[in-house]
Amino acid sequence: MHAAERSEPLPAWSLPAGAEKNIALEVDWPPKVTREWAWGGSTGRGVRVCILDSGVEPDHPLVGPVEDAVAVVRGPDDEITIQPDEEGDLCGHGTACAGIVRALAPDCTLFSVRVLGAGYTGSGAILVAGLRYAIENGFDVVNMSLSTTKQELAASLHQLADVAYFKKTMLVASAHNLPVESYPWRFASVLSVGSHDRPEGLDFFYNPEPPVEFFARGVDIDVAWMDGATLRVTGNSFATPHMAGLCALVLGAHPELTPFQLKSVLYLTASNVIGSP
Amino acid sequence: MTEDELRAAVAAGVLGSEQGHRELLRSIVEVARAIFHSQAASIFLLDEEADELVFEAIAGEGSESLVGTRFPSSTGIAGWVLVTRQPLVLEDVGQDPRFAKDAAEATGYVPKGLMAVPLLHEEKALGVLEVLDRPHRPGAALEEVELLGLFAGQAAIALDLLQAARRARAALEGSPGELQALARLAATVDRLQDERRATGLELLAALDRLLGDKSRAGEPPGSPAF
Repeated sequence: MHAAERSEPLPAWSLPAGAEKNIALEVDWPPKVTREWAWGGSTGRGVRVCILDSGVEPDHPLVGPVEDAVAVVRGPDDEITIQPDEEGDLCGHGTACAGIVRALAPDCTLFSVRVLGAGYTGSGAILVAGLRYAIENGFDVVNMSLSTTKQELAASLHQLADVAYFKKTMLVASAHNLPVESYPWRFASVLSVGSHDRPEGLDFFYNPEPPVEFFARGVDIDVAWMDGATLRVTGNSFATPHMAGLCALVLGAHPELTPFQLKSVLYLTASNVIGSP
Repeated sequence: MTEDELRAAVAAGVLGSEQGHRELLRSIVEVARAIFHSQAASIFLLDEEADELVFEAIAGEGSESLVGTRFPSSTGIAGWVLVTRQPLVLEDVGQDPRFAKDAAEATGYVPKGLMAVPLLHEEKALGVLEVLDRPHRPGAALEEVELLGLFAGQAAIALDLLQAARRARAALEGSPGELQALARLAATVDRLQDERRATGLELLAALDRLLGDKSRAGEPPGSPAF
């Protein structure tokens, strides 16, 4: 999909009479959006994917190269800084997510932002700082297999999610099935993910009854883990990198897509959305 | 002495003993183990002040002697689950025990698989519940995660009450003798049964009328102040 070059800048907040021609969008939508059109031939090359998690183990055979890894660190005076990550993965989960993205989009460029390890207290502020860093660095896709229940962070996260949405950074976040309010997956500017138990990594479903928008593979997945190990895992936090990997594939084929358009393409190509032949 | 302190003293008296709370934790892990037919289940609670997870109870395989062991609150599998609020299910199909190092350190038992779920109540994360080595039931994973989430929700409500009682008792321990006497009285009345309870409440109501201020004089008999 390629929009025609616009001759004049768009009006900011209004559309004056006669200005319709300025926002004409000539788009060569295909007659039907197929998976072949959406990501056929794509390997995710050129797409920058950030894993916001527990860190990523360097040189894990199922993850391959990680372009850059930083950790969000709390200093002695409680100030939060971003530093090069010397410790790798503190749990195994970030490595698992990176491996899932890599398996789907083998040529994407992976980055790690570690938001775990600075203690539970204040971990919400670390999460917000990590997300802000990811958005400022203009990653195309940010995998967030995490959430917070802290009400006081909801407004900051909501604001960041909207900034990402308009800066062309697709936030992909795990929904959770526990009976509490949590964020940021509930926000409309985020692509939220729950699990299905089918065995195919490219099988994904659009949920016509949000807030969970998509279901991806989340059961019995063999993943990379710490110390070069592999494990079989289940959880929405592993369904999320499947959608992040799919986003990388689609953006590899169509780098101009905004998050709104990317979500639409994923909707049109979901396994349960069946158009006329 | 403020009215809040008085209320806390009465609450602490009624809410039960530390032993009772140990039994509650024990019951939570026993039920978790029974629901999932697992080899073991264990619970970690967050000590916010120390910013550490404390291993509080275990059912089944593993060592009771490790109860009380402390871990960093944001590393390892339990730390990840606590901080991210996400449940996890891990199976070590390769029989490689490295993944379960933190669980093994806590329980003295090396599991081949585990389910871990955060214990969340309102916006607070209270701890982590782990279910170790349950039989594999093909096709049941999503249902199991759902059930684990529901059970964790119930356990978290119980734990929230437990922690409130612990805080009340801690406040009471540093309080003047009168408050402690009031807490003992509340506990005693709370334990009374049948006729003795009715008599006890009547006595308290009489005391309330006798000692209470004029504004309370019009209240009907049998309405003790707490």
